[in-house]
Amino acid sequence: MERYYQPDIECASRETIKAIQDEKLIKQVKHVWDNVPYYRKKMEEKGVTPQDIQSSDDLYKLPFLSKADLRKAYPYGLVGTSLDNCVRIQSTSGTTGKRVVAFYTQDDIDLWEDCCARAITAAGGTNEDVCQISYGYGLFTGGPGLNGGSHKVGCLTIPTSSGNTNRQIMFIKDLNATILCCTPSYAAFLGERMKEMGYGPEDIPLKAGIFGAEAWSEEMRKDIENTLGIKAYDIYGLTELSGPGVAFECSAQDGMHINEDHFLAEIIDPETLEVLPEGSQGELVFTSLDKEAFPLLRYRTRDICTLTREKCSCGRTHIRMSKPKGRSDDMLIVRGVNVFPSQIETVLLNQGYPANYQIVVGRVNNTDTLDVQVEMTPEMFTDNVGEIEDRQKELVNALKSMLGIKAKVSLVAPKTIARSEGKAVRVIDNRKI
Amino acid sequence: MSIKQISVFLENKPGRLQRMTSVLAAHKIDLRALSLAETKDFGIARIIVSDVMDAVTVLKDADFIASLTPVLAVEIPDETGGLDKLLKIFAEAGVNIEYMYAFLGKSDGNAYMIFRISDTKNAEAKLTAHGLKMLTQEDIESL
Repeated sequence: MERYYQPDIECASRETIKAIQDEKLIKQVKHVWDNVPYYRKKMEEKGVTPQDIQSSDDLYKLPFLSKADLRKAYPYGLVGTSLDNCVRIQSTSGTTGKRVVAFYTQDDIDLWEDCCARAITAAGGTNEDVCQISYGYGLFTGGPGLNGGSHKVGCLTIPTSSGNTNRQIMFIKDLNATILCCTPSYAAFLGERMKEMGYGPEDIPLKAGIFGAEAWSEEMRKDIENTLGIKAYDIYGLTELSGPGVAFECSAQDGMHINEDHFLAEIIDPETLEVLPEGSQGELVFTSLDKEAFPLLRYRTRDICTLTREKCSCGRTHIRMSKPKGRSDDMLIVRGVNVFPSQIETVLLNQGYPANYQIVVGRVNNTDTLDVQVEMTPEMFTDNVGEIEDRQKELVNALKSMLGIKAKVSLVAPKTIARSEGKAVRVIDNRKI
Repeated sequence: MSIKQISVFLENKPGRLQRMTSVLAAHKIDLRALSLAETKDFGIARIIVSDVMDAVTVLKDADFIASLTPVLAVEIPDETGGLDKLLKIFAEAGVNIEYMYAFLGKSDGNAYMIFRISDTKNAEAKLTAHGLKMLTQEDIESL
């Protein structure tokens, strides 16, 4: 039976959701206009006032916010309340430039933790579960967000944070952890280590995993599910909006439900900035609906995905987003072609290679080079050089048909690609442009 | 009797082969024969050692990928045309050689070659019929 943390809102009719959004949006725009001079200036430049926003249908009139705005306004420029009311900051990992610092009031934290509680419940979590949180705690939102959600659901929470793999495995085994929250690459690593220690899926008490904070493919999901003997759920979020839990997967594992009573989603064409109709692929844009300390209107996520309001078998009515094809920040442009690391990962897993890989981009004689490094495995190894070279060629061809450009494939010795305990370093760009 | 050769995956980078030999040296495992097959970015070291099972274990513990391949260690008559005589037997029997390399061995006046042949059993029978000697795993250990 499907469980819901807040069934009234998670399964509300589309009309009710629209009414809630309309009412909250009007208030949120007024809140920003009154308290965030940085955004008010943007609105004035566009000739928009709060009176122009009468419902969510008027959203398109508002100006966009980008990561560049967040950097420009750093640290307090987008804070919408007196710091006296703020109780916490969280910050991005800074993988794509200067860190973003987001502020929270107690109410902001409450709504964020509610979102995480919805995600844990959707993964089957109840107060009888033991939830191990192996996301980093601290400035990173992963640990604190799911920790709060786990408390709200009433799970026995094990706040291991990231790292110290042997201790992670000891707690999973000794305390019978049933739900694991971490990045997908760390879940894969834990699985690999447990396999080495001789644990099969039946020896591992886990039943579900909630994995996010980086792009991962369907093939990687199957891999993790098989090694750990669990059902693996995707979770999506951004520090700018709160953290993990902006959207989460349900039992259908067919897109992530966006918590629409808190976040209003749009898909735009990243070039023309036009709003695109439902079902189109484009850049995901979010408007917070009831945040006090860090309200963001029309924030461009750089994530490329599609949205659907189609009925979901789980009973939730909130709109679903597809797994982002890749953060456009992660997107590489190689010889003029857009390359997402997740595409390369899909090909590797399809061909039976391990999920541990590294993409090295370079430039030789003014031409970009793309080198995909994969670790050799005992299953792949044979004494016959020709057979190994044939497999290498197959992989080169499969990559070419996926990416449209030729990549070099290098087979490297086992355990030479660094394992990550947080976000995996998949791409090394050596181009000096 | 075929013997067991260990095939080891090596990245084509300076120091990789030495890392393998240092693991073997640390465990006092003697190399009896060695051959390298290489491509631009990786290679396979094919080795015959004094203690096969120990060697595979210590190599795997050191994160090497190693597998066992059956090969024939054939005594070559120490006379002019010795190898030719042997290869003629293979040619007439339609035996295809995937690769071969020389055996270092100890000097007892005899020369040996290692052959990798897909149909080991058939090749063995032909050689025995012609009175040629092959080393057994025990011979390798006691050399």
